Amino acid sequence: MNLTLYVWRQKGPKEKGSLERYEAKHVSPDSSFLEMLDEVNEDLIKSGKDPIVFDHDCREGICGMCSQMINGIAHGPDTEITVCQLHMRKFKDGDSIYIEPWRAKAFPLISDLMVDRSAFDRIIESYGYTSAHTGGVPDGNAIPVSKVNADIAMDAAACIGCGACVAACPNASAMLFVSAKVSHLGVLPQGEVEAARRVKAMVSQMDAEGFGNCTNHYECEAACPKGIKVTFISRMNRELLKAIPQVEKKAAGGGF
Amino acid sequence: MILDGKCPTGPIETSWDRHRFEMKLVNPANKRKFKVLVVGTGLAGGAAAATLGELGYNVEAFCYQDSARRAHSIAAQGGINAAKNYPNDGDSIYRLFYDTIKGGDFRAREADVWRLAQVSNNIIDQCVAQGVPFARDYAGYLDNRSFGGAQVSRTFYARGQTGQQLLLGAYQALCRQVQAGSVKLHTRREMLDLVVVDGEAKGITCRNLVTGQIESYWGDAVVLCTGGYVNVFYLSTNAMGCSVTAAWRSAKKGAYFANPCYTQIHPTCIPQSGDHQSKLTLMSESLRNDGRCWVPKKQGDERAAHQIPEDERDYYLERKYPSFGNLAPRDIASRAAKEQCDDNRGVGPGKRGVFLDFADSIKRLGEDKIRERYGNLFDMYEKITDENGYKQPMRIYPAPHYSMGGLWVDYNCMSNVPGLFVLGEANFSVHGANRLGASALMQGLADGYFVIPNTIANYLARITPGKVKDDHPEFKRSREEIQGQMDKLLSIKGKKTVSELNRELGKVMWNNAGMARSEQSLKEAIKRIPELREEFWNNVNVTGVSGSTNQQLENAWRLADFLEFAELFVKDALHREESCGGHFRVEHQTEDGEAMRDDENFCYVGAWEFKGIDKEPELHKEPLKFENVELAVRSYK
Amino acid sequence: MQWYKSSLGKKYIMAVTGLAMVLFAIVHMLGNFTIFAGPGGINAYAAGLQGLGPGLWLFRLALLTVFLVHIWMGVSLYLENKAARPSEYAMKQNHRTSFSARTMIWTGVILGAFIIFHVLHFTVHAFHPYYATFVDAAQRHDVYRMVVMGFQGFPMTLIYIAAMVVLLLHLAHGIQSFFQSLGATNDATLPTLEKGGRGVAVVILLGFVIVPITIFFGVIRL
Repeated sequence: MNLTLYVWRQKGPKEKGSLERYEAKHVSPDSSFLEMLDEVNEDLIKSGKDPIVFDHDCREGICGMCSQMINGIAHGPDTEITVCQLHMRKFKDGDSIYIEPWRAKAFPLISDLMVDRSAFDRIIESYGYTSAHTGGVPDGNAIPVSKVNADIAMDAAACIGCGACVAACPNASAMLFVSAKVSHLGVLPQGEVEAARRVKAMVSQMDAEGFGNCTNHYECEAACPKGIKVTFISRMNRELLKAIPQVEKKAAGGGF
Repeated sequence: MILDGKCPTGPIETSWDRHRFEMKLVNPANKRKFKVLVVGTGLAGGAAAATLGELGYNVEAFCYQDSARRAHSIAAQGGINAAKNYPNDGDSIYRLFYDTIKGGDFRAREADVWRLAQVSNNIIDQCVAQGVPFARDYAGYLDNRSFGGAQVSRTFYARGQTGQQLLLGAYQALCRQVQAGSVKLHTRREMLDLVVVDGEAKGITCRNLVTGQIESYWGDAVVLCTGGYVNVFYLSTNAMGCSVTAAWRSAKKGAYFANPCYTQIHPTCIPQSGDHQSKLTLMSESLRNDGRCWVPKKQGDERAAHQIPEDERDYYLERKYPSFGNLAPRDIASRAAKEQCDDNRGVGPGKRGVFLDFADSIKRLGEDKIRERYGNLFDMYEKITDENGYKQPMRIYPAPHYSMGGLWVDYNCMSNVPGLFVLGEANFSVHGANRLGASALMQGLADGYFVIPNTIANYLARITPGKVKDDHPEFKRSREEIQGQMDKLLSIKGKKTVSELNRELGKVMWNNAGMARSEQSLKEAIKRIPELREEFWNNVNVTGVSGSTNQQLENAWRLADFLEFAELFVKDALHREESCGGHFRVEHQTEDGEAMRDDENFCYVGAWEFKGIDKEPELHKEPLKFENVELAVRSYK
Repeated sequence: MQWYKSSLGKKYIMAVTGLAMVLFAIVHMLGNFTIFAGPGGINAYAAGLQGLGPGLWLFRLALLTVFLVHIWMGVSLYLENKAARPSEYAMKQNHRTSFSARTMIWTGVILGAFIIFHVLHFTVHAFHPYYATFVDAAQRHDVYRMVVMGFQGFPMTLIYIAAMVVLLLHLAHGIQSFFQSLGATNDATLPTLEKGGRGVAVVILLGFVIVPITIFFGVIRL
């Protein structure tokens, strides 16, 4: 199949960017979207031009590195999928495809389709963990965890940190990401101990990074490649409400 | 030279405990004076950096990805082994130790494997405390399953995303240390050189993948946790960025490379669909618990699966290995699939594939049960192939998956270059010639959480902290050399792209040194690889500049290293005149086509010393002694 | 940092003030229904309210505060959310959100303007000062007469109906948002609350527009 691509090209954060038009010829419907871009890049290199820069790594839908807005949809037109798992058979011969980077103030652009998502790391650093020391922990079966809660924790922990929720949110809000981690740890007895400190610290950091606010559009849920539900956001709203009355002298990494 | 693994002697049951007592310690007040560089943030690196930081060392961690959470450990699906014996089915540390030694075809060190089995239990406890959401039963206790043909249920799992959950546990522990200020994280950095001063590792040279800056970092010890090298086959289940670069450049600085020919080919991957393919996708081998492998009996059969009657199907694994059947170990199952395809009985496009059929299981258990067990894998299969695995058999084919070989290390996980430690898949230590399912995660975390924090002290206690810093001339020399390499790559401006040459190397390696190797095929590869290297350095086309983000340049240096490393790989395979585990030499097989080990002549670790490009590497041997298990023929019939 | 300055704090405040106004709207709507009992009904109701004296003013003040806080939070959320995405996508598709969710700021602004208009119209009598002089047989302010006269013109009826449609849009997203923002939803209840919220919004629309419509078509007349 033959396609026309409109790809966002921008050399660096300070340079001006624009959509450039490319032709992708003889694309196999069995190839993945990134393999299609690989071939476009091969043609660009051979004609002495700079190939398109895009993040990718595992190419099996789990590392969370790939991040492209395809025809206005985070990770492209398929459900619960990352760009690397999206296959060209989802498109028709002669289609035009718009490819843009994630756009959010908290995700500054690095080059072309590559953005800086270190804000997510800083949110996890703020308190996205349990404070367990290596060694000196009880036996794995010492504290039973109800299967229901273990399953909820796993649903939340499936997040791959790709940033599609932010990209798809009309407000560029990171609530789905943050709430998934708050819920994952908060629902387990091992993490519940510090749940109040955690939610305060993580919300503070999220706000400091310049993400937008959640206004309940639920676009994040629709875009999430791992099917994380917006009810985790509700859970986080609940966690913080419970945490507000618990005043501490100083919470780790900020908080209130 | 005969290498010494410095393994503790005496009864193996207490070897690790005695060794821990005998090692030197670093005074708590002095720990922060020591700077440790940890390269790679997968299970081994993430766990090591977090734990060392927590102990009080001054740690700097590096990864090429944009976040420490993305290392390829994340892709492991099946699970992690531990000798907890929760199901009360007869498991023990000894049994896990024995299974791992046997599974590795008696080519691993006993003491290392014992230690791994011993600390495996601590890993599970640690991960639970970190909030890893392992599967649980209704009583709230941890659930186990049998995996990869093990006779006991010792595998802990978190749906089909065990690697991801363990990695996130380590990543979160690492983030906690970053917040505490004990670990400094450098993302989007790739290590391109090991800086050795007076024979000891004292730092690394990196490229900042965003700005293109060549940067120096000094440390009192360097811990490499940079994973495996099976991307030397071009198409593998590894991530696109996985490379041999950090390990190989360390090898070029004097670290020995052990057993490079031991690579694991995983049997249940989705077959290649065409030349556009950039990577192969693995599906958990748990699929073989309920799926039956078969090919048509007739050669070149073009019929669709449902048109082939039952008596014209060859369930080759069940036929050849009646007792293990479809659960035969990875190397055996992979080789059997290759044999069928070589015999022109393969299926699907290109005829490189075999059927994995769930029809019988669906009939027996119902489609819902199968969906419950493997739903995510069937979905993934359908997304990639556009075929419904419930309605027609899946097609699978083996793909390079894991490298058992790696940099040589002693019992302390230190290479022969003092101060250079190597953990996880990057070292060679515990898997011998073949790795069992669910034991890679175990090794990465064992090394990171429980081995290195003890053994690194033994080295650091003997040296003066901060004696060599990045103002030492060796750092400048290294930076200049690396910059020179970048400039050279960019100046060639040839006709072929990096990926074209990469594919060519991959083809040579897969065809000549893949699942089955012969003297002839290996010699052919030894001839072809230097030619390809020559072509690369004269005819590659790398666009762009070195002073900014340049992914082509990254691919180029990774390929340049693979082109050198591949030759060593093949030479190792040629020298090892036996078949063991993942290394199968067609000259050395039994009458019915099984691997034939030669314990008399090859019961050793082959560690290679780099002597220069186009020069013969020097082989050093570390004899393997088996005092606790008896060398036996590995039979799964 | 204070909790009410955080993004979640703003959500809580939006939710609580929003709920207060929805409850007020429902009470207001029920009060309107006294018009169907004829002049005696609504005039007595209005007189009863006036009889609260300082209590009425206290209530009005509280309502005004809620109203202003809701607007303040809404506008600041809007501005922050705009700032969170400085460059827009050339192409963007939405799958889950609704027209009503995407237009909250605009329906909010229109409603704010309408409420001012409505207060000027029927409370302050700014457009028709003589409304204040209407007195019924029991010497009470003749609200019945004022309302019926107020809705006899087509343009005025249209303005009120249009405003209530805007209210419908605002509440269709707003009511379920209240539950989500305060963490009162889960996988089982969220879909129900989304539908229920829209249902309540429709009921409120119908409840409000029935008065101007019946007046316009002469079902209720002087």
